[in-house]
Amino acid sequence: MQRYSIFSLARNALTGHRNWPQAWRSPAPKPEYDVVIVGGGGHGLATAYYLAAEHGIANVAVLEKGWLGGGNTGRNTTIIRSNYLWDESAAIYEKSLRLYEGLSRELNFNIMLSQRGVLNLAHNEHDLKEMARRVRAIRGNGIDSEILTPAEIKKLVPAINVSKDMRYPILGASLQRRGGVARHDAVAWGFARGADDRGVDIIQNCEVTGIDRKGGRVTGVRTTLGPIKAGKVGVVVAGHASVLADMAGFRLPIDSHPLQAMVSEPIKPVLDCVVMSNAVHVYVSQSDKGELVIGAGIDSFNSYAQRGSWQIIEGQMGALVELFPVFSRLRLMRSWGGIVDTCPDASPILSKTPVEGLYFNCGWGTGGFKATPGSGWAFAHTIARDEPHPLNAPFSLDRFATGALIDEHGAAAVAH
Amino acid sequence: MLLIHCPWCGPRDESEFGYGGEADIARPPDPDALSDAEWADYVFMRTNTKGRFKEQWVHIHGCGRWFTLVRDTVTHEHGEAGVFGGVEPEADG
Ligand SMILES: Cc1cc2nc3c(=O)[nH]c(=O)nc-3n(C[C@H](O)[C@H](O)[C@H](O)COP(=O)(O)OP(=O)(O)OC[C@H]3O[C@@H](n4cnc5c(N)ncnc54)[C@H](O)[C@@H]3O)c2cc1C
Ligand SMILES: [Zn+2]
Repeated sequence: MQRYSIFSLARNALTGHRNWPQAWRSPAPKPEYDVVIVGGGGHGLATAYYLAAEHGIANVAVLEKGWLGGGNTGRNTTIIRSNYLWDESAAIYEKSLRLYEGLSRELNFNIMLSQRGVLNLAHNEHDLKEMARRVRAIRGNGIDSEILTPAEIKKLVPAINVSKDMRYPILGASLQRRGGVARHDAVAWGFARGADDRGVDIIQNCEVTGIDRKGGRVTGVRTTLGPIKAGKVGVVVAGHASVLADMAGFRLPIDSHPLQAMVSEPIKPVLDCVVMSNAVHVYVSQSDKGELVIGAGIDSFNSYAQRGSWQIIEGQMGALVELFPVFSRLRLMRSWGGIVDTCPDASPILSKTPVEGLYFNCGWGTGGFKATPGSGWAFAHTIARDEPHPLNAPFSLDRFATGALIDEHGAAAVAH
Repeated sequence: MLLIHCPWCGPRDESEFGYGGEADIARPPDPDALSDAEWADYVFMRTNTKGRFKEQWVHIHGCGRWFTLVRDTVTHEHGEAGVFGGVEPEADG
C-alpha cells in the first residue's frame, strides 16, 4: 500500500497525479475463504478490516452486489454522536466515536471527521424534562453532554429562530460537542484500502443469492460469480437483512423502509454545527461544499425501492423553515433514498444466528453510520471468537425471546 | 406518493392512509401454550418480503376502515384491495 502523506502527494504532483496506485485490488473470488462478509458498506468493510487487523484473520472476502458504499453508507447524512440513553447503547456508540476519533490516522485515510457539535432541540416542557434526564444518564456514562438555554443556542447558531411565537418554540437543547459529521465515502474507502492491504479480497458486482448449509452449519454462499465456500459467513446488508435471513431459513424482527435525505444549493457558511429536532422532525447540517444536508423520517410502508414519498420531504421542509426562516428561499438540488432496516426497539442486532458459523449485523436502521467502526470492531470479534464481545452481547437476536429489549426510540426518534 | 385504492372510497393519495404493516399475523389461539421463542416469533419476527407483499392499510383520513393490499415492495405496483371478514364494499350512492 502506498501511504498517503505530504511527501507522496508532492511526488505524485510532479507526475501530474497519473501514477497513484489503485487503493485496493479487484481480484477474482477464490473458491474458498475462512470468512466471507456479505455486504460492502461501511460496516462490512470495517468488519473485514478488524478481522485482519485485530484477529489475524486475513483469508477473507467482502462480497458486494453493487459498488462499495453504494448502500446506506453513501446515502446517509453522516451525523455522528454517542448520546444514547441506555448503558448498552452508550457503550457501543461511544466505542465507535472513540474509534472515529483516531480513524484517519489508523487508516492513513482522511475521513474528514468534523466534531462540530450536535444540538438536539427541546420544544416543550416534557422535552425539557426528558432531556435533563437523558443528559444526566449520558454524563453518568462518562460521555460529554450539556444543556443550553435558548439564549445560548442563539449564540451558537445565529441563524436559528428562538422567538416565542414559533408554533413550537425552542425552549432548550442538549449539546454533544464531540458529535459531528464525517465523509461517508471516505469511511468505506479507508476501511476497504486498509483491509485490502492486509490481504482481504474485496469483490464488487457480486451478489449473494443463496447461503449453503449442511447439518445446521454454514458451508458457503452462492453468488452471481459462482459458489464460494466459507468457514464462516458474516452478513452485513442493512435493508436487505431479511432477504439474506430468508436464504438461511429464519426470520428477523426487521422491517425495511425508505429513508430520504436531500441537499440544498450551496451557500456561504451559515451553520457550523448539526441541529436536530425530534419534535418538529427535521435535522440539518452544512457540508464543506456549502450545501445544507437535510433529513428526517422514514416512509411508513415497507419498501426496497430506494425512493421515498413527496409528502415526507414537504413535512420536513416545513419544520426546517420554521426553525430557520432564512432558509426558506433556498432551492433543493437533489434528494435520494436508502432502505433502512428498522428494529422494534430501535437498537441493532449483532449476533450469532440459528445457523452455526453464520452471523448477522443489522437493524441499525436510520442511525448506523455513527456506529460503523464500533460495529465492525465488535462484529469481527464475534466472528473470530464465535462469541459476542461484551459490547455487543446485549444486542443478540435472543433478546426478542428473553424480553431484554434496549429501547432507544428516544435517542433515535429522528432518523439520523 | 402512492395512489391507493380504498375498497370503499376509491383511489386516494397515500397521505390519507395509515399503514398497518404485514398482514395475516394471527394472534395464537392459546398463548400460554407457546414457548418464549414461539411468542417472540409472533410478536417480533417479520417476513419483510422483497417483492409481492401482503400488508394492511387503514383509510384514517377517510372512511376509517381497514383493508389489505398485495403490493410489490420494489415497484410499488399493487392490485385490488382485499377486505377483512368478507365484508364487501357497498355500492356507490
Ligand atoms: C437517508 C439516510 C440518512 C441517514 N443518516 C444517518 C446519519 O446521519 N447518521 C447515522 O449514524 N446513520 C444514518 N443513516 C443510517 C446509516 O446510513 C446506516 O445505518 C449505515 O450506513 C449502514 O451501513 P451498512 O454498512 O450496514 O449498510 P450499507 O451501507 O447499506 O451496506 C450494505 C451493503 O450490502 C449490499 N448487499 C445487499 N444485498 C446483498 C447481496 N445479496 N449480496 C451482496 N451484497 C449485498 C448492498 O448493496 C450494500 O452496499 C442514514 C441512512 C439513510 C438511508
Ligand atoms: Zn375509504
